[in-house]
Amino acid sequence: MTHFTAVLLFALFASTVFGITMRETPMRMFRYGVYCFALFAGSAIALSWLMFLIAR
Amino acid sequence: MATEENKIAAAGPVAKSGAQSDSQQGFVYLPLIIGWLVPGAGHFLLRKWYRGALLAASIMGMFAMGIAMQGKLHTNPHDILDFLSLAGDLGNGLLYVVSRLLGLGAEHVQVTTADYGTRFIVVAGLLNIIAAVDAHNLRTGRKS
Repeated sequence: MTHFTAVLLFALFASTVFGITMRETPMRMFRYGVYCFALFAGSAIALSWLMFLIAR
Repeated sequence: MATEENKIAAAGPVAKSGAQSDSQQGFVYLPLIIGWLVPGAGHFLLRKWYRGALLAASIMGMFAMGIAMQGKLHTNPHDILDFLSLAGDLGNGLLYVVSRLLGLGAEHVQVTTADYGTRFIVVAGLLNIIAAVDAHNLRTGRKS
């Protein structure tokens, strides 16, 4: 398993739980879950590029 | 002619507090405890089938991934970080106990994926605590 796969799985599981527990209606749960997933995965990609550029 | 809904609305706060006390009958901490012991079970107890199934799949999936990556199950804490990790592990409830009994999980973290796996196990426990508290909130009527 690659680091990125682990990041995606982590984001999927965590955002599913966040979506269900932090919102009340199914549609808002789904939207919040997608929002959390995007933040998890997006921030991991952004920080990875940042570290790559710093290391050069 | 007054309908049943109009009668309840006219009764106001008294009827509302009566409805709330109805929803708080019995042992209100049962979904919290059951949900902690078995991920998603607190929601199943409250007949929230889809939510419970998704929570169970997510938390158990994360825990299983952690074990599969040779993650470490914390046992003898030596410093404050170990204590915090153990607290996170204990959030998995029976998953942690059964895994310990079966001897799953690595003794020492030796490869990079094992470090990921250790974090997966800790975070699965923390997510399970959030899910159990959510079940408690559903039971008390704080959330619908």
